[in-house]
Amino acid sequence: MLVISQGRVIDPARNLDEQADVVVDGSRITKIGPRAGADLRGEQIITIDAKGRWVVPGLIDLHVHFREPGQEYKETIETGLRAAAAGGFTAVCTMPNTRPVNDTRAVTEMILARARQCGGPRLYPIAAITVGQKGDQLTEMADLCDAGAVGVSDDGQCVMDTAVMRRAMEYARTFDILVTQHCEDKNLSHGTQMHEGVISTRLGLEGCPREAEDVIVARDLLLAEMTGARYHIAHISSINAVRLLREAKSRGAKVTAEVTPHHLMLTDEALLEYDSVYKVNPPLREKKDRDALREALRDGTVDCIATDHAPHTELEKECEFAQAACGMVGLEQAVPVLLELVRDQILTPMRFIEALSTTPARIARLPGGSLREGQPADLTIIDPEHHWTMDAKWLHSRSKNTPFLGKKVQGAIMLTIVDGQIAYQRNT
Amino acid sequence: MSSAFRHHHLISVEPLKADDVLQILDAAEVFFEVSMRPVRKVPTLRGKTIINLFYEASTRTRSSFELAGKRLSADVVNISTSSSSVTKGETLLDTCKTLQAMHPDVVIIRHSASGASNYVARRLDCSVINAGDGAHEHPTQALLDAFVMRRAHGTLKGLKVAICGDIKHSRVARSDTLLLNLFGAEVRYCGPNTLMPYRAKSLGAKVYNRLEEALEGVDVIYLLRIQLERLQGAPIPSLREYSRTFGVSQRHLKLAAPDAIVMHPGPLNRGVEIHPLLADCEKSAILKQVEAGVAVRMAVLYLLMSGKGAESLSEATGL
Repeated sequence: MLVISQGRVIDPARNLDEQADVVVDGSRITKIGPRAGADLRGEQIITIDAKGRWVVPGLIDLHVHFREPGQEYKETIETGLRAAAAGGFTAVCTMPNTRPVNDTRAVTEMILARARQCGGPRLYPIAAITVGQKGDQLTEMADLCDAGAVGVSDDGQCVMDTAVMRRAMEYARTFDILVTQHCEDKNLSHGTQMHEGVISTRLGLEGCPREAEDVIVARDLLLAEMTGARYHIAHISSINAVRLLREAKSRGAKVTAEVTPHHLMLTDEALLEYDSVYKVNPPLREKKDRDALREALRDGTVDCIATDHAPHTELEKECEFAQAACGMVGLEQAVPVLLELVRDQILTPMRFIEALSTTPARIARLPGGSLREGQPADLTIIDPEHHWTMDAKWLHSRSKNTPFLGKKVQGAIMLTIVDGQIAYQRNT
Repeated sequence: MSSAFRHHHLISVEPLKADDVLQILDAAEVFFEVSMRPVRKVPTLRGKTIINLFYEASTRTRSSFELAGKRLSADVVNISTSSSSVTKGETLLDTCKTLQAMHPDVVIIRHSASGASNYVARRLDCSVINAGDGAHEHPTQALLDAFVMRRAHGTLKGLKVAICGDIKHSRVARSDTLLLNLFGAEVRYCGPNTLMPYRAKSLGAKVYNRLEEALEGVDVIYLLRIQLERLQGAPIPSLREYSRTFGVSQRHLKLAAPDAIVMHPGPLNRGVEIHPLLADCEKSAILKQVEAGVAVRMAVLYLLMSGKGAESLSEATGL
């Protein structure tokens, strides 16, 4: 039996924020209350002092890349899950752009089997919308979801053919499957290196206008309302897309969106030295976009935070900017980096945890996202005050492509529990 | 008091101050005289090693740097993509490490990727000179252009310069604009919007869509090549339409100031952006640009490598 004693228990699902004990017995939470663990005695009881720390439902990331099968040199399911646990995540959704692409039951089953072997955080695959992410033939979505996939997305290969996207949404709606889109008009973005703005002009790098995102968001919102599909916008990054989303939601559309930590914290000015660690897709945009994303996350227009954890080795980043791969890791950076938004009172602790746990669970209809008696014990303990330097020795992902490497941060994951088992415990 | 040149690299015009530019131009004047002598060589950089690392085809820039180095008595090695291990797929990082092991004093790099020279400079101990990187910068071109403009007009202050053509993809336009802005010159861009950088004004230029307005009263007409290889994706419908709407010929000269000059960084597409007769008329300074190139690059190499200022030149050149 595990007693997490006198932490600040935050459960957005129940609007709970109070100092309390959380008692875990076996794989389940058995009791939550101000003195729930006080009278428990016995040799089998392990007590964890959580005073001054946050005890929250396990974090859930709707958007990670674990590279297995196919590019295990960047990340494996094992290293990815370890990174997830170290980042406080008890569940992750893996994107289908593996090699081979997760577009068939066999791949979904293989990924799930590997995850079961590894243990730790729960892994929920997202399968492809179209075969090979090629944008024409629909995958066997019903079979894939039957095998354990929790949604479909062609990830970086935005479905460009509007008729195919309509059919994908109609078909997904048949089985109530979540459809996630990486919104990028590939005709507008072709050959581009970064966000189009005064910085791209200064650097002489081909710029991708935010409108490449906006036109697909606008199109897909119309299609989502037309088809009634559960539609989710991956890593929204543009001020215009936020406006379109807000407008669609005001009409009652069943659409949701996620935003990444890097789009909340960084802008295209970070690229002034051509440092490819900042090269991501969608690209880092301008301050006005970043501010619009923060406001939209605060007011709920943007529903949740997802990391788009995208491991790449030095080989893919240590080269000319034009040739460098897009993406950065984020699982272990998200909480320490984003807590700045709580300190700056842009997000309340409640909204912060909601966006990292309760809402992603609701969007993908996953278990968790709440702390309740009788429920599986998936929970995370955060020390919001802990000062540390994000050196490589603390990180578990196989890749280290993050601009926050070596940065001083405030806030750390102290403990991650999945199904009653300790998946990560920080050595202090 | 003699002031040493305070830069280790020349990657971009951006960190240069007006005084730095003048120091280079003044030194270039001295080396220009050296180039007019019967023996065009000084022992200034004897024992120094210069590596020309060219990932893109170039005639004038590469030979100009090579001549500049040789006239300063440095040892010059040329590496071009066709004859090095680059074609075997060596990464830029490994090339840097290989070059580093040869202990050069200067590496001069030309590359098709914007930022490639920043990358190399971060990884080499020696000085790095950017000889053109993608659509980013080409600082020695801007310096030699400034040299020609100053010689023609006596000063850079307050000059009106119209740059016409494919500005979006032009590293020359970026470097020239930054440099001219240091002297309060007025830079005008002219061309169709499809060849204009996004928010071109942020570079410090006024944007025009009509040649007649852009050339009004200018001291310099600066033409850029319409790069045929960039026409994929069709920023302009045809070369015919371009030359009819934005091609500059002698009839345009009367719009400009009476002593205006015509410049072009080369290579020319005669009959597209520039009328063949205009390229060869007495207002054309195109070959003066080539001539200035060697002197300006000698000055840059001298200032970066000697660690001394322009004042010490008389001793270095015997002038």
